[in-house]
This record gives sequence, C-alpha cells and structure tokens, in this order.
Amino acid sequence: MRDWLMSESPESRVQAGAGRAWRALLMLLRNPLAVIGGLIVLLLIVTAVAAPLIAPESGVGQDLPNRLLPPSWDHWMGTDELGRDIFSRVVYGARITLLIVGLVAVISAPLGLIVGAVAGYFGGWTDKILMGFTDIFLSMPKLILALAFVAALGPGIENAIIAIAITAWPAYARIARAETLTFRNAEFVAATRLLGASHGRIILLHVLPLCTSSMIIRVTLDMAGIILTAAGLGFLGLGAQPPLPEWGAMISRGRVFILDQWWVATMPGLAIILVSLGFCFLGDGLRDVLDPKSAGKS
Amino acid sequence: MITLSPLSRSRPVRLARSLAGFAVVTVLTFLGLLAITFFIGRVVPIDPVLAVVGDRASNEQYEAARVAMGLDRPLLVQFFSYVGDVFQGELGRSVSTGRPVAQDLARVFPATLEMATIGIIIGVALGVPMGVIAAARAGSWIDQVIRVLALLGYSVPAFWLGLVGLALFYAGLGWVAGPGRIDVFFDGLVEPVTGLLLVDSLIAGDFEVFWNAADHIVLPATILGFFALAYIARMTRSFMLDQLGQEYVTTARVKGVRERRVIWVHAFGSIRVPLITVIGLSYAGLLEGSVMIETVFSWPGIGNYLTTALFNADMNAVLGATLVIGAVFIVINKVSDVLYRVLDPRSR
Repeated sequence: MRDWLMSESPESRVQAGAGRAWRALLMLLRNPLAVIGGLIVLLLIVTAVAAPLIAPESGVGQDLPNRLLPPSWDHWMGTDELGRDIFSRVVYGARITLLIVGLVAVISAPLGLIVGAVAGYFGGWTDKILMGFTDIFLSMPKLILALAFVAALGPGIENAIIAIAITAWPAYARIARAETLTFRNAEFVAATRLLGASHGRIILLHVLPLCTSSMIIRVTLDMAGIILTAAGLGFLGLGAQPPLPEWGAMISRGRVFILDQWWVATMPGLAIILVSLGFCFLGDGLRDVLDPKSAGKS
Repeated sequence: MITLSPLSRSRPVRLARSLAGFAVVTVLTFLGLLAITFFIGRVVPIDPVLAVVGDRASNEQYEAARVAMGLDRPLLVQFFSYVGDVFQGELGRSVSTGRPVAQDLARVFPATLEMATIGIIIGVALGVPMGVIAAARAGSWIDQVIRVLALLGYSVPAFWLGLVGLALFYAGLGWVAGPGRIDVFFDGLVEPVTGLLLVDSLIAGDFEVFWNAADHIVLPATILGFFALAYIARMTRSFMLDQLGQEYVTTARVKGVRERRVIWVHAFGSIRVPLITVIGLSYAGLLEGSVMIETVFSWPGIGNYLTTALFNADMNAVLGATLVIGAVFIVINKVSDVLYRVLDPRSR
C-alpha cells in the first residue's frame, strides 16, 4: 500500500491523486501545531456525530432542584438556570457549530470559486464588473453586514447561516480569480479549448480543480471567524434560538449569572475558543504544506 | 490605451491620476453600500405600508399610504431618492427613540470613537514591539508565546472576553469600574463639547469625572485593544521576517552595525509604510468589533444603539447605524490605502 502511494510513476489518476494526498498528510503530521489543530477538529466531528453517546444527559428539559450547581463530578461544567447539565449542552452544541461552519463553507466557497474563476477566465468587462461587485462587498464590515441581513431576514439559525455566507464569499472570489489568472493562458487550457470544450466545461473541469487547494487553506483559516460570527449572532439572540444548545446563545443566557455563577457563561466560551484555535492551527499548518510559497510567513 | 509621453508620467501627474481613479472607486463603493442597505430595507418581510396603516385598513387607504410613502415608484427611482436623502443626512426617524436617526447617531458615535481610539493606541503600543521581537527571535519560546497570543486574538469571542473580564476585574478584584460609560453620580456633569468624555472632562477641568470615565473605559478598551494587538503583532512579525531576510540587512550586519540598530532602524524603517495600512485596517475593524463589546459593557455607543434597534425591529435605526459604520469603515480603508500610495517611496 505504501509503495503504491509513494510510487514515482503512478499508473492512474486515482493513484497520483492518492499519492499526493498521502505526501501532504505526511508533511502535515510533521507540523506539531497542525497535528493539534487536526485533532481538535477531529474531536469536534466525533463529538458532533456521537453526541448522544458522550453526553451524560439529553441537554433539554428541566431539572429545577439542580439549577445553577457549580462544576462537580456529576456535572463537569455545572448546571444552568434550568438545571440542565452544561457539559451535555456543550457536547450537543458541537452539532450546531459543525452544521453552521459546514453549511457556510458549502454555500460560500463554491459561490466565490465560480465568481472568481469566471471573472479571471473571461477577463475584460466581465472581470471588471464581477470584481467591482466583490470589492464592494469586501470593503464592508462583515459582522455589521451579517447583523443587518439577519435583522431583515428575521432571527434564526438558517438566516444566520445565509447572512454569514453572504459576507464570506468575496474573499474566496478574490483568491479564485488570482489563481485563475496564473493559468488562464496556460497551454493545457488552450489545448482543451482546441479540442472543442465549452467555456463552462473548461472552467468547471480544468480551472476550478486547480483553485481548490488554496481555497481549502483559506476556508480553514476563515472557520474561526465564521464560528465567532455565528456565536456573536447567537449571543445577540439573532442566531440559533433557545432551547437549541448553541454556544453563543448559551453564553448569552449565562450573562445574567456571570458575577455569581461564572461557569454558566464561561464553559461554552471555552468550547468556542478550543474549536476556533483548532481551525487556526490546522489552517496555518495546511498553508505551510499546500502553499510552500508563503510558508514560514506569519 | 493611449501611450503617455514620458513628460506626463512625472510623479505628481501619476499620483493625481491614481488618486482620481481612487476617488471613483470610493464613490462606487459608497453607492454599493447604499445599494446593500437599500436592498436590506426592501427585503424586510414586514410590509412597511401595513406597519403604518394597520391591518384593518381598506384597500384604498392602503394604496393611498403606499403612494404617499413613494413605494409605488419604480425601484430605481426609489433607490435614487434614497441616495439623495442619505446625502442630505436624512436617515428617517427611529421608531424607538422618536428622534431622527441621524441625530441619534451623532449623539452615540463619539462614545464608540473614544473606545476604539484608546483600543487602537493599546494595540499599536503593544502589538508592534511584540511583532518585532517575535521576528527578531523567530523560533524562540518568546516567539511561540506571541504566536499563540496572536492566534487567541482570532479565536476568543469578544463578548465572552468582555464577560469574563467583568467578572474578574470588576466583580472579583474590583480593579475597574463596571458597565456603562460613567457612574450615574457623575452623569451629565460636564458640558459635552467633543462628545468624548475624557476630552470634555479635561476641557472642563473636572478631574474627578475624568478619572471616573477612565476607570470605566480601561477594561473595554483594553479588550478591544487585544484584538488589534493580535492582528498587528502577527502582521508586524511577518513584515519583519521578510525584511530581516533581505541582503541589505546582512550587509548592515557585516558592516558591524549593532543588532538593535539593524532591527529598529534598518528593517523597521522599511516596514513603517505597510504597517500604516495594517493599523488603519485594524482601527476600522475595532469600530466594528465594538458592537459586541458595547453590548456587554452597556456602552452607550453606536454598537449598542444598533443592537437595541435590532430588537425593536427599528429598521431605520438599524440601516442608519449600518450605513454609518460601513461608511467610516470604507473611509478608513481608503485613506490608509491612499496613505500607502503617497508614502511608498517606490511610487516616486
């Protein structure tokens, strides 16, 4: 298996791709921060998938006699104002966080990719108009824009996701355009065009795949920002609505108790920091591996 | 493209051309911002006409109100009349305060400006030296500590840090004053001249008010400054690493220039210009970041105004605040961009 992966002369496209991925993984494993980041992200995914197995309680319902208990053996992170186990709620909250970052990435990355690739590929006026539009969005304050969108669409987790995605795509469009420009006049593109491929086919099958690695880096680095924005919207009561155990909303509930029952607001915040840091570390490591040009910088 | 004669390519002409192009882009960006706020105002699911006439109104009454509000006109016409209104400072009336939004915003903006300015001063004063030291000792433990600190700036929610800060430094240790801009006791004691409480109290010569206001601003401004610090330190480190790898630095070292001088005079001298852009960007970012901090600290600034308006479905106030924050954001962005072009010796 190892030989097959490390082969210098791959026999099929699958083998070449797998080999490249394997080498990148080996490089990544040599970067301690990236490993830590990867483990944290893995932990988030496992927690989200296996939430019912990990969480001691369901995280919903009330248990008023046990309200606002400090952290103890029974309740690692204490209980909240309705007697719910905070640890269980943080565990279930992983699902919501993963859902938000996943959906934002799935919506905004392809949108940015297509806008950027089309602009870079066609050039001229198409480029000017699309990039002008992108730049306008880029020079807006993201959080404020997301707030205004949610205000208009109405609070709720779906609208929060849409609002964040709307503010996230322009950065990806810029990257995709820059990448596309570097190989727009490459011979393989010219050759494909000579074979009679349509513009759509060239962009989709030949241009976009080459933009993906820088896109993955950027999306990973952006994840922390997305999580913070989502949590911020939740904190303001505009994101996920109670009783959903969204971390930002949980901090907001604990705000009233911060002076006496500090754990109610503090614990979900630690989860946010851990996961955001994980994505930062992983993104930094991925950049060092996949994008050697800027390795070592920042 | 017309080929320019060498004479017309002199520096002032080129600079003027690039500034003119810049002005066009800036105006377009403002129009874009207006288009976005206009669009957000239109996609509100609540029918603005219904909000005025109530749901018992007859069809004729409804139509009359719609015409009176100008909503029967084509979208483009509505947009241009909106742009005209905004340029005349007409942002509509706030439903919750009953005052014109523009007047409200003028009242709350100085509070935000004051906090963000102190925040950026803290961020620059600590972030730049930290970045330089991290680059000079790249790979050492101090570099790692600064790196982790900077990454924390990207991963800690501002509102959470605010809450924890309040619990620790206000409730726990009692080092700083609590939420709000000033104690109720001192409220309204000094005549507002600039709207900046620290400046106003100094003008009035009332040091008691000054110290009380300083006591209130220190925690939120420090927390805000931490986020600026994270970004500035990271960028400074990256710029410095670039410079320290250049040959002129090696030359200076070979000549026997002391290391301290190599770092602070030679290398740092050449990153000052890009740093201005970074500082400008983070200043703009702080104005935005203050929304969360203000909510936590009940700071009577534009962020608090915005979030309060959000809950009252006070769309005029929301859009007005969005517009002002967006405009300030764009202006700072563009100004630091222009500064970069003017100061960069390569454009000479």
